Amino acid sequence: MSVLEIKDLHVSVETDQGTKQILRGVDLTINEGEIHAIMGPNGSGKSTLAYTIAGHPKYHVESGSILLDGAEVLKMTVDARARAGLFLAMQYPVEIPGVTVTNFLRTAKTAIEGEAPPIRTWIKDVRQAMTDLRMDKAFAERNVNEGFSGGEKKRNEILQLELLKPKFAVLDETDSGLDVDALKIVSEGVNRAKANTGLGLLLITHYTRILRYIHPDFVHVFVNGRIAEQGGPELADRLEDEGYDRFLVPSNVG
Amino acid sequence: MSAASALSKSASKTVPAPSKPAADSSTLPPGQHGIKEHSDGRFGYVPVQTRSDRFKSVNVADFEAVTGREAVWKHSPVAKFTDLTAGDLDGSRYPVESTPSADISVEWVPRTDARIGTAGLPEERAAASAWSVFDDALAITVSGEEAKEIVVTRSGLGNNARGAHTIIEAKPFSQATVILENTGDARLTENLEIILGESANLTVVSLQEWDDSAVHLANHFASVGRDARLKHVVVSLGGSIVRVNPSVRLAGTGSDTLLLGLYFADAGQHLEQQVYVFHDAPKSRSRVNYKGALQGQDARTVWIGDVLIGNRAAGTDSYEQNRNLVLTEGTRADSIPNLEIETGDIVGAGHASATGRFDDEQLFYLQARGITEEEARRLVVRGFLTEVVQQIGSPELEARLQLAIEAELIGTDDK
Ligand SMILES: Nc1ncnc2c1ncn2[C@@H]1O[C@H](COP(=O)(O)OP(=O)(O)O)[C@@H](O)[C@H]1O
Ligand SMILES: [Mg+2]
Repeated sequence: MSVLEIKDLHVSVETDQGTKQILRGVDLTINEGEIHAIMGPNGSGKSTLAYTIAGHPKYHVESGSILLDGAEVLKMTVDARARAGLFLAMQYPVEIPGVTVTNFLRTAKTAIEGEAPPIRTWIKDVRQAMTDLRMDKAFAERNVNEGFSGGEKKRNEILQLELLKPKFAVLDETDSGLDVDALKIVSEGVNRAKANTGLGLLLITHYTRILRYIHPDFVHVFVNGRIAEQGGPELADRLEDEGYDRFLVPSNVG
Repeated sequence: MSAASALSKSASKTVPAPSKPAADSSTLPPGQHGIKEHSDGRFGYVPVQTRSDRFKSVNVADFEAVTGREAVWKHSPVAKFTDLTAGDLDGSRYPVESTPSADISVEWVPRTDARIGTAGLPEERAAASAWSVFDDALAITVSGEEAKEIVVTRSGLGNNARGAHTIIEAKPFSQATVILENTGDARLTENLEIILGESANLTVVSLQEWDDSAVHLANHFASVGRDARLKHVVVSLGGSIVRVNPSVRLAGTGSDTLLLGLYFADAGQHLEQQVYVFHDAPKSRSRVNYKGALQGQDARTVWIGDVLIGNRAAGTDSYEQNRNLVLTEGTRADSIPNLEIETGDIVGAGHASATGRFDDEQLFYLQARGITEEEARRLVVRGFLTEVVQQIGSPELEARLQLAIEAELIGTDDK
């Protein structure tokens, strides 16, 4: 059974005003098959945590560690992390000019598996996953994220999640900007991926909306770069009612 | 294609395409990813005269010394090839090799050959210099209705300043692909005339794979006869300064041209193409599609696309586009489409120009899906340029170009 452990993680970024501390000691353990929701106000550092797990070069790890089945993830390149079984569904997926979705998916799958997927079954899998996510066939021949609407980009992220079959996936505000129909479709995709592969999920969200469709086993409240409180699904209900206010006082800005 | 300005059945007399130097890639705002579309703007340059009114002469003395301020020279590093615009040029024959092909002759013909000057005349001093000095012209004459291919190679031009003249004639109803391969060193200014008789179907590929030091200034003049079809492809990969300016007159009713371009500029390279399509006959059709990649410090590309739909050209259909992919910092891509329409009766006329940047966020995205950095670059560049490569229609050449493009990518990685 796989496990992803984040231990006392401190992360900063360089800004024009100098080094800025964002994560201030994050501890979190996710087992395969578990769904953890991370909820927190804007600016609390949720995306920073997501990007740090994926290895974005902008984020500087001051101390701490991230272990995937005991192996130090922080020592791996971005692509090696993906090949080791980590996946990040991005909050703002970028456009890739000149690369079609089809070509991209096949290249990524080949990179992750270490060999090209058998053509017949692969084409079938891609078609099925696109149908499930109510994505028009024409998407396959469009350039990755180019001219996609917000909702289409998010579906495209989940499409990759379903096809690349990671051990652990971090979903960074996949729900934001989705209308309720799209939210349901995307949530179904995530639930399907979990049912099929038993992956562990770190679901980052600002609102409780998506938790109606994807049921977390654990909820962590993220404030000011660390986990301020954790509990079961009932904690999400409480946040729904009370908001984040009680975590924000006293303010320790600066 | 949000930037495509499509005019149809326009009643206006003259419509210069709103133009601006679309994308100086080095000034893209940070954080902009993907394609930057050319957008219509009030500033920038608008043609001062109808393109067909430009001064033409075969006599070099009729042109002032080149200063670099002229419209045709202002994007080029003119100080680096004064020998080709002002100096003494060697106009003698040079070594040429060609693959054997029945129905295609390759021979030297005298200046008095009747075909010379029928497809076009120089509009600038380097072209006129070449025209003034060549002893004999290389003539490639295509006949026979079956499809065939010939490769004509120049590899031993050396580094003395030369002027040259070439004719490619496709007889009525003939069909062929002519691949002009340029390798080795060169300091060359030249004119190439391409003459298509009625219903001829000709593909001309000009392949610039020069050594790093080469300077090559070329003007291609094509005249396309009734119902004839010209596919013209410019591939510029090697050389220090390479400027290939194709100019096509759709002279016969129903004539058709597809102008393709593919270029990959790496550090310090200047690759330029000024493309001109003159619709001078009814029901003529043109498509222009140039794509370029830039990688490395001071990699520089220029694309100017002029389309003129003349008053004789009723019922024409035209579309031109240029796209550039910027792979690193320190490059500059200029992309300037111009469209002039002198008739109210057109089926379609449009243009698009865009410069997109491959940046760290894209790299991160691809890597986050398990793809290595090297593979990510290859994926993006190949994807971007393939559209043009695939339209060339010569499988062997297409395969070779895919490899050449990958070599370009790796070549600069080492620098
Ligand atoms: N690259 C960066 N440069 C400067 N500040 C950053 C950068 N990334 C994040 N921050 C800052 O760090 C804090 C946390 O950001 P983020 O992780 O995006 O939060 P969240 O995802 O919870 O909204 C914010 O104050 C944000 O402005
Ligand atoms: Mg965020």
